[in-house]
Amino acid sequence: MIRILRQIFRTGIVTEPLPGATDARIEIAGCRLEEAIRRRFRGSLTIRQVDAGSCNGCELEIHAVNNPIYNCERFGIHFTASPRFADMLLVTGPVAFNMETALRRTYAATPDPKLVVAVGDCGRDGGIFGKSYASLGGVAAVIPVDVVVPGCPPTPADLLHGILAAVEAAPRR
Amino acid sequence: MSRLFRTLQTALGTELRADAGQFPPSVVACAVPRERFAEAAAAMKAAHALLVAEWANDESAFGRGFGVFACYRWAKDCVIVKAELPADEPSFPTLTASYAPAFRFERQMHSLMGVLPAKHPDLRPWIAFEDWPPGAHPLRKSFDGSLPLVRGTGDYPWIRATGEGVYEIPVGPVHAGIIEPGHFRFLAVGEDVVNLEARLGYVHKGIEKRFESLPWAEGHRLAGRVSGDTAVAHALAYCIALESMAGCAVPVRAHWLRALLLERERIANHLGDLGAIANDAAFAFLWHQMMRLKERLLRTNRELFGHRFLMDRVVPGGVAADIAADGAASLSRELDWFQGEFERLVTIYDDNASLEDRVRETGVLTPRQALDLCVVGIVARASGINHDSRIFHPFPPYDRPEEIGLEVPVLVSGDVHARAWVRVLEVRESVRLLRHILDRLPAGAVRAPLGAPPAAVAGFAAVEGWRGEIVYWLQSGPRGEVNRCMVRDPSSLNWIGLEQAVPGNIVPDFPLCNKSFNQSYSGNDL
Repeated sequence: MIRILRQIFRTGIVTEPLPGATDARIEIAGCRLEEAIRRRFRGSLTIRQVDAGSCNGCELEIHAVNNPIYNCERFGIHFTASPRFADMLLVTGPVAFNMETALRRTYAATPDPKLVVAVGDCGRDGGIFGKSYASLGGVAAVIPVDVVVPGCPPTPADLLHGILAAVEAAPRR
Repeated sequence: MSRLFRTLQTALGTELRADAGQFPPSVVACAVPRERFAEAAAAMKAAHALLVAEWANDESAFGRGFGVFACYRWAKDCVIVKAELPADEPSFPTLTASYAPAFRFERQMHSLMGVLPAKHPDLRPWIAFEDWPPGAHPLRKSFDGSLPLVRGTGDYPWIRATGEGVYEIPVGPVHAGIIEPGHFRFLAVGEDVVNLEARLGYVHKGIEKRFESLPWAEGHRLAGRVSGDTAVAHALAYCIALESMAGCAVPVRAHWLRALLLERERIANHLGDLGAIANDAAFAFLWHQMMRLKERLLRTNRELFGHRFLMDRVVPGGVAADIAADGAASLSRELDWFQGEFERLVTIYDDNASLEDRVRETGVLTPRQALDLCVVGIVARASGINHDSRIFHPFPPYDRPEEIGLEVPVLVSGDVHARAWVRVLEVRESVRLLRHILDRLPAGAVRAPLGAPPAAVAGFAAVEGWRGEIVYWLQSGPRGEVNRCMVRDPSSLNWIGLEQAVPGNIVPDFPLCNKSFNQSYSGNDL
């Protein structure tokens, strides 16, 4: 136990003022994100992540958004296990033919009004996998998309920006 | 001379033919009549060989029917046995009597290539789903992969159990956490799991078919996205197979830089897994700490190599990244910092009795089961199998043990703890390797020009990624084009290991078992 406590004090708070912290643009984005979530979602934005066929690269970066450095929970962003509780679907692609039904059902299970953010170059248009017998292409080919976050994979800072863009575009609750 | 090849000669006599055009020459390729395909497997099993992969190939471009291939390995021996099937009646004897992993491989061959493993006990679709139109075999040359499928209907008959108190828990494909999709069907009595059946294929993106439409020089980008967490190792396996066919001499510095990237990828992923295992035992502290270390390594990757997951840095002919002297120095300093931090966390993991209570004797895959299932990588090495392709199928620079020695940890308890602890030991070894590489990094070019591979040859590569051995088998067609790119991620073998390790455990321990395996869905589904 003493080792755990010592490690906690040694580490201190590693959360960066705002992701990347290298340019002021991102810093402002963090403040706006918190403010927008406070005003439009009463301080709590709940996200259901759906992998509709990704290579797992985007998932790693979505994990990183939850790590103590980016610490998305401080803005009121929480990832939930069930689409029933979700305000937003964060969908990585391309949409595999074998995932189409599951994605449609997840979308239907998410209460209105809902936001959809398509993640990655593959979520945008199928990326390197393109459109084929097994890949339907981007997320918008299957469900309505509010915002696209391109990148292969997009960085955690890109993801937070994309979430912000979707939240700012959302009607006020 | 290969011991396995001699065994095959003894078993099959003059019906065994050498198969020309397979690279590198250390991999022995031979052909048998199709009715003796299973006999060859039985001889291999008797010689204690493990099944590496089994796959089918459409050879209509060569004016032939289909080819079925089985690759076997024992220590440094590696043989590929081929049988040719006529186009109008593509059946072959199943290998399931000798090798358990053949169950999945052959279901996949049956679904995607439309070859029939005769007497296979379970021909439910695999990777292909029951709602695919009948007769859709995408890996056949006659199938136009650019057209969308027309969804049909159908049922997937699950394994069922009856009896008082037996119930089913269906999980997925959309899981609770931020993970890839797959379906798990538990049969349970009370808290105890009686059987676990996985249904995979949800993220099938048609990768193998896609390779056939890309030029040779671009395939590495797709290989790096077969499983995004293993970008380096997959691209490396593709490049090594291609370079062996094209006769490309990769510069020495590039070999060492590839090893540098490969070991950094290994460390980053092992950190994530160690944290996730602890997190699933409700010890979130360690997850946050491990993710903190991982983030630092990823940022360094981006600063020095231009990409957090090192995608597209390994290219045919070499690498698309180099480090200057100050880059090497900063990597060394990072290792100093990392080692101290990591060891403190390992002590905390090791000290924690409540964590130990969860991970010890949980999700046991016995050495016997591991051998039967031919598992690879961390899963194999936690269950007593001493196999690492960096030693037993060495690729440069690991093929020069006098210059870059390697210690591979092997544990025997086969539980969640063993799989976690193998990762700890591997991180330490990778740190040592990285120091060695940084100290002795040879000077010179980092990329050589790659010529086109000749027509009608095949290339094989096995690379030890962080999960385990990744196998690529490439074949050029009669005009030198890409005829086939077979990908075997370690997950194709290890998923069955998970299914065998879970029964007998309680349902709440499943996430823990699953994290300790941490198999790729995308790499399996392709």
